[in-house]
Amino acid sequence: MASALFFYLFSVLAVAAGASVILTRNPVHAVLFLILAFFNAAGLFVLLNAEFLAMLLVIVYVGAVAVLFLFVVMMLDVDFAELKAGFIKNAKIGALIGGLVLLELLALVGYKGLAVSPVMSPTSPVPAGITNTRALGEILYTKYVYYFEGAGLILLVAMIGAIVLTLKHRQNVKRQSISAQVARGPATGLEVVKVPSGGSVIPPPAKHPEAAE
Amino acid sequence: MTIGLGHYLVVAACLFTLGIFGIFLNRKNVIVILLSIELMLLAVNINFVAFAHFNGDLVGQIFALFVLTVAAAESAIGLAIMVVYFRNRGSIAVEDINMMKG
Repeated sequence: MASALFFYLFSVLAVAAGASVILTRNPVHAVLFLILAFFNAAGLFVLLNAEFLAMLLVIVYVGAVAVLFLFVVMMLDVDFAELKAGFIKNAKIGALIGGLVLLELLALVGYKGLAVSPVMSPTSPVPAGITNTRALGEILYTKYVYYFEGAGLILLVAMIGAIVLTLKHRQNVKRQSISAQVARGPATGLEVVKVPSGGSVIPPPAKHPEAAE
Repeated sequence: MTIGLGHYLVVAACLFTLGIFGIFLNRKNVIVILLSIELMLLAVNINFVAFAHFNGDLVGQIFALFVLTVAAAESAIGLAIMVVYFRNRGSIAVEDINMMKG
């Protein structure tokens, strides 16, 4: 009974937050509503005994991706009111297609009944007596280790791609040249100047190889 | 009143539809389009985890993990492209993105 109560709480809040994401005018509010939707989805995952994924959703999604969205939304100076033009015009076709998809999906669920349960034999049955995190780790690092490494590779490519895309190499900025500093030796760093006795005139320095660059 | 697989599928269907609707509704705003894609991926993840639970199978959760990975990579690259585009053109309206005449 309590689990049914929590299911309805989480699902109603998730759908309401999802609706607010697409309807609100301010993108900052949209991102905050997306965070709310992710929190409620994490609650649904806990109800489904997927504790590790729930924590992953909260930590990785809310903590990293949603905050990245927030940073970008706040960084870009965009007139969002102008972007809202044509809202009603697009709403009709959007409601048509979205409603069709929703009808199809709900008809599929209704055709099978709400209490449907699949009758496939599981390839990796949930082991009894150990936590969800450990059970996931035990098959993720053995059976699916290549997929796991592929996921790591995808993240690496995304990281390098994001850095390469946004890195701006500015000209006319004085930078430290470590190789020039290390290569500096007595021949280039020291200069012997012959001062004539009795005179106070220092002759102009010879053309320095570093200064010539 | 027991909560079955169908209940979770209905929630996921609603979230997925909201994602589709959001893409049509905010056709000019790239940020909200990216948020809608995140919503759709979340709905797919709910489906995977629900099937994994009611089937007694852990593979659904593994797959949801990989979906999360790809979604994170996609949003990082998408936001990077958006930042670069805004730096070059000063706008992120979708109809202004026509440099490649695609």
